[in-house]
Amino acid sequence: MPWVVVMSGSAKPRRATGVPSSSSAIKVVSAFRVSPSPVVLCSGPEDFLADRAFTHLRTVLRAKDPDTMVVELDAADYVPGGLFDAVSPSLFGEYRLVRIENAEKCSDEFLEDVLAYLPHCADDVTIVIRHRSGVRGKRMLELVRSGDVPAIEVSCAELKSDKEKIDFAAEEFVRADRITTPAGIRALVNAFSSSVAELASACAQLIADTTGEITEQTVATYYGGRIEATAFAVADAAIAGNYALAMATLRHALDTGADPVPLVAAFASKLRLMAKVAGDRRSSNELASVVGGAPWQIDRARRDLSNWSERGLSNAILAVADADSGVKGASRDPVFAVEKMVTIVARFGIVAEHGHGASHR
Amino acid sequence: MSVWHDVVGQPEAVATLSDPTAMTHAWLITGPPGSGRSNAAYAFAASLLCDDNGCGTCPHCRQVAARTHPDLAYLATERVIISIDEVRALVQKAYFSPSVSTYRVIVIEDADRMAERTSNVLLKALEEPPERTVWILCAPSEADLLPTIRSRVRSVRLRVPSIDTVATLLTQRHGISHDDARQAARLAQSHIGMAQRLALSPEAALRRAETVDLITGVTGVHDAVMAAARLLDIATADANALTKERDELELGQARASVGLGPDDPVPANMRTFFKSLEEQQKRRATRSLRDGIDRILVDVMSVYRDVLIQQLVESSRDHGDALINLEHADGVRALAARRSPEQALAAIAAIEQARERIASNVAPVLALEAMLIQASRQ
Ligand SMILES: [Zn+2]
Repeated sequence: MPWVVVMSGSAKPRRATGVPSSSSAIKVVSAFRVSPSPVVLCSGPEDFLADRAFTHLRTVLRAKDPDTMVVELDAADYVPGGLFDAVSPSLFGEYRLVRIENAEKCSDEFLEDVLAYLPHCADDVTIVIRHRSGVRGKRMLELVRSGDVPAIEVSCAELKSDKEKIDFAAEEFVRADRITTPAGIRALVNAFSSSVAELASACAQLIADTTGEITEQTVATYYGGRIEATAFAVADAAIAGNYALAMATLRHALDTGADPVPLVAAFASKLRLMAKVAGDRRSSNELASVVGGAPWQIDRARRDLSNWSERGLSNAILAVADADSGVKGASRDPVFAVEKMVTIVARFGIVAEHGHGASHR
Repeated sequence: MSVWHDVVGQPEAVATLSDPTAMTHAWLITGPPGSGRSNAAYAFAASLLCDDNGCGTCPHCRQVAARTHPDLAYLATERVIISIDEVRALVQKAYFSPSVSTYRVIVIEDADRMAERTSNVLLKALEEPPERTVWILCAPSEADLLPTIRSRVRSVRLRVPSIDTVATLLTQRHGISHDDARQAARLAQSHIGMAQRLALSPEAALRRAETVDLITGVTGVHDAVMAAARLLDIATADANALTKERDELELGQARASVGLGPDDPVPANMRTFFKSLEEQQKRRATRSLRDGIDRILVDVMSVYRDVLIQQLVESSRDHGDALINLEHADGVRALAARRSPEQALAAIAAIEQARERIASNVAPVLALEAMLIQASRQ
């Protein structure tokens, strides 16, 4: 089976965080552009992309040789000689695809074997080395990237910016031959900003379930409730008094570009319902029609109330109003405004009573 | 009847505006909401466009009343701010000479709603005034305009008309009994348009009464949240009613100005005109909820103003006459007894804050909830 080593001097490889920044002489490709090569290095923390690259390689190889044998090795928990067993020619001459996990935590024994194998790698084998981050296995990485070994590198860098995610999603649709609008892609990325895996499966679902152009409207139809779901997760945690979880969920949502406005709205809506059901003994069905909201929401609000006092609930609603004002321009630091709200709510509204009143910030 | 007849309780302003020797090319009419700024502006416009100093009956005067006079251009703000393009369009019109009258008149109803950049477009036109164009700007106060604009206009200040003046006007215009007219004028705090609505629309009066009852009844977070939801409903109903009244009136005037009866079909050559009126009305409707809440907050404010009066004046004497919400005196007294004057002042600050927050896009119901929670704190 032929293989090609592409020497690329001009292409600027994108390095994953934590990957040694030694200069690379091999081709760096994205996960869905990977082609079989004796050595494939999947570097960077994004497991989803590494999985994607591996699956893609397997599909390509099986198309050429349906009997391609897949072997999985764990570099951290390595039995000496295991690599050679995996790459040695089989009786029936099938192509072999060897997946090596945890190379960033590899044992010395693994390192020894792989360094011995790389200079003489077989051309009817592809080994896929999964290296997330760090300097462990530095000599292996240097050798793979030296250009002396027939290798390519798959960038599994975290997709950080919206632009990277938009490019990623756009490519998913292009590969499926689907037409999208920029607003449609943007809406999708906004809804799935926290995980590339989720973003990819959302793309796959849209590709499978819809026909025609994929627009903002398509995305809203399928995933309109998602942004709210994250917002309610933060609110649920805070109202239950789970400060750490609320803060972590909030930070993650904000870091991945979530809009703080629906976050604040979710808090307002939950606390409002709690205040409405407080002290009202009517059945949840009866109340549902009076105060708005489904009976299960009424039950939930009643359960939530058990930790709360009248004063605390008042303070919490005031904090939410402050935050709404903050995220709509009154505060120079909207993130701080939201964090302050989460903190007060997670303490059941028990605050030192000076911060409120008609203060203008 | 002269157009000035409808500008009530403003003898000084009328004297200045109707004095031919005082004529200049740019005017600013200031005064608190409800004092009749726009009313005065259009009366002035009619007096300039009419051949008889604003007779009130000739086609010129009627066309000004219907806002269809060919030499009248105006900007009634449907949105929160006036766009630079709107002002550019007006400035262009300013350079045409009048087609039928001696003057071309341009009214800007809410000149305080211009950004600085927009103001500068207007400023250029004011600096090089075309000979026969008269600008009439309206704003709550001179301070709402840039100093560069202020220095180029002649200012006329309207005052808050007295309750009696407003009551007399209502009696004259609508034949309402003096007692009813006085009550409406008092509840509306001399806001002419509001007083007229309270006197003429039983629904509007009921909505106001319910607002006051809601405010005096809130004692905790549950009440506050329930009352906020109700207040928003009331504001919505109020806004819808007002929009509908205004739209129908305007449409009727527009039809009358082109000689169409209420049920006559619109001829093809006038479709564009009526279409643009319809669009204008739709745009205005989007702003009206915010205005509706603003109006309700005036009523809410009046309750705490009454509470303060009640608290600050010796309680042994009966000061019922000083109250705005005389009909709700029991509720006001009970509220005053439960609160310290400091708390009443804090409530007033909270109402002011809610108004500002709603203006800057905070969710209205949330702003109202926070307001009622703060106002009801012990
Ligand atoms: Zn006339």
